[in-house]
Amino acid sequence: MVEHFSDVMIRARGLRKSFGDLEAVKGIDIEVHKGEAFGFLGPNGAGKSSTMRMIAAVSPASGGELSILGMDPAKDGPAIRARLGVCPQEDTLDVELNVFDNLYIYGRYFGIPRAEVRARAEELLAFVQLTEKRTAKVEDLSGGMKRRLTIARSLINRPDVLLLDEPTTGLDPQARHLLWDRLFRLKQQGVTLVITTHYMDEAEQLADRLVVMDKGVIAAEGSPLELIRQYSTREVAELRFPVGDHDATAEKIADLGERVEVLPDRILVYSDDGEHVLEEVHGRGLRPLATLVRRSTLEDVFLRLTGRTLVD
Amino acid sequence: MASLVSTQPTGAEHGGRGRLSPVTGALRQFDYWLTVYKRTWKGSIVTSFASPLFYVLAMGVLLGNYIHVSPERLDGATSYLAFIVPGLIAAQAMQTSVFETTYPVMGAIKWHKSFYAQLATPLETRDLANAFLLFTLFRVGSTCAVYFVVMAPFGVFATWWGPVLAWGVTMLVGMAFGTWTFALSATVTSEASFGLVFRLGLIPLFLFSGSFFPISNLGPVLETIAKVTPMWHGVNLTRMLCLDTVDWSTAAINAVVLLAVMVVGWYAALRSLARRLES
Repeated sequence: MVEHFSDVMIRARGLRKSFGDLEAVKGIDIEVHKGEAFGFLGPNGAGKSSTMRMIAAVSPASGGELSILGMDPAKDGPAIRARLGVCPQEDTLDVELNVFDNLYIYGRYFGIPRAEVRARAEELLAFVQLTEKRTAKVEDLSGGMKRRLTIARSLINRPDVLLLDEPTTGLDPQARHLLWDRLFRLKQQGVTLVITTHYMDEAEQLADRLVVMDKGVIAAEGSPLELIRQYSTREVAELRFPVGDHDATAEKIADLGERVEVLPDRILVYSDDGEHVLEEVHGRGLRPLATLVRRSTLEDVFLRLTGRTLVD
Repeated sequence: MASLVSTQPTGAEHGGRGRLSPVTGALRQFDYWLTVYKRTWKGSIVTSFASPLFYVLAMGVLLGNYIHVSPERLDGATSYLAFIVPGLIAAQAMQTSVFETTYPVMGAIKWHKSFYAQLATPLETRDLANAFLLFTLFRVGSTCAVYFVVMAPFGVFATWWGPVLAWGVTMLVGMAFGTWTFALSATVTSEASFGLVFRLGLIPLFLFSGSFFPISNLGPVLETIAKVTPMWHGVNLTRMLCLDTVDWSTAAINAVVLLAVMVVGWYAALRSLARRLES
């Protein structure tokens, strides 16, 4: 029986996950299409990793429907996992094996013939720029190198979908950019990427489309640009006043933008013309310690949707 | 460069193939365990081969010089050395398997998380536990084989076939303990529990299950308790085979007990790993 499948790689309807009394995912609907980079943006504890583990077919759903590559993870777990690449949040590399063996051994789990897996391992080492480290022990690698090796490992079976759970958490800026570059190349090759992140810049860099997740539910969905357009203004004026003055000051300038947010360390004024806001602030005799005008980001979208910042 | 991604069509049309067979699942980990073995065999020589020889020398030869009793009081052994060697080999089987299935299992779950990495592939918890236990079996088998070979020149074996069968028994002993220890290690969250296993499980079984003296010396109550332990069944069967004093009906009971403990233990190991990792 051959059923026709569209280009939908992952489809969830009312997907839920509970651990005892704790409901980590409270009924989400998503659809990931072939070749797109799909993001889950949200703070720690939003339910992103639980969702990711269900998609990876390693954690059974507590309710709702989930279909991955047209298959049911409850029944076809091994067949689904054969075609997924998984880059987990924590490194699970074998620290006692060298770099090459980590790839080789992993490829063997997929039943890839020995000669083939050796060839793929060399190819992937080149791709993640670790060829010179092929005989190094994993424990001697830097954090960024370990992440790149993990990504190489997740590609050893030439997956249809690559799942990346917080791929750059804990990396320094240079290592992050190097990693983003590699992921961007994968995207250009047509790999379907599913990424969770609590970094708005990462979501903006990598995701074609994303859902903002908070407390186990989806708060909004769209492309980064659409979300910013829908939930924020073009620009944001950031004002810093002496500690303790923020609430009182915010009242005095509440009419200057479409919206004003008071954070512990600054006031955000949402307006399409940030420079104009600054002029008005100064015109009212207020003297902020520091000012900044910038474009709206997904961070602002998140703030608007949840009243909280992403990284606290 | 070649494509790093699949060009397969999506969906079930190219076979939503189900689970791997248990044999395939275990075989796919062969290269992994081979690599682990290549890396660790030199270090394990000291613990698994040298220390048993120290025991034989100290207790069998040197202490044995002070022990001169009739064979009836030594389960038919003509010397204390001949009596103690089968017991020590059976105990070695237990110890090897317990060590292989405590810290390494906890490490794979808690420290380096290799089980989680493996589960992101077509392998299932069943396959991980099977391969782990098969490797433990290999460790027990190879360690005990060397033990038997080294002991042969001491003239402690009555026949050539006895030790061969006894070698099979030591593997049964190893798996009777290894499976249950695996199940325990997959359940507990702290390595502190292992101290308890070693002190209250391993050491009493090692000392009081007939390895060093016939358990008739324990008195009727303790003797009955000792006879219930799988370790005694292992020691007794190993010894009867090595000394050619086999009482076949007792041997059958010994073998069935060990087999039953192993089979149920294997099931417990699979269950507890699944419960731990599939949440």
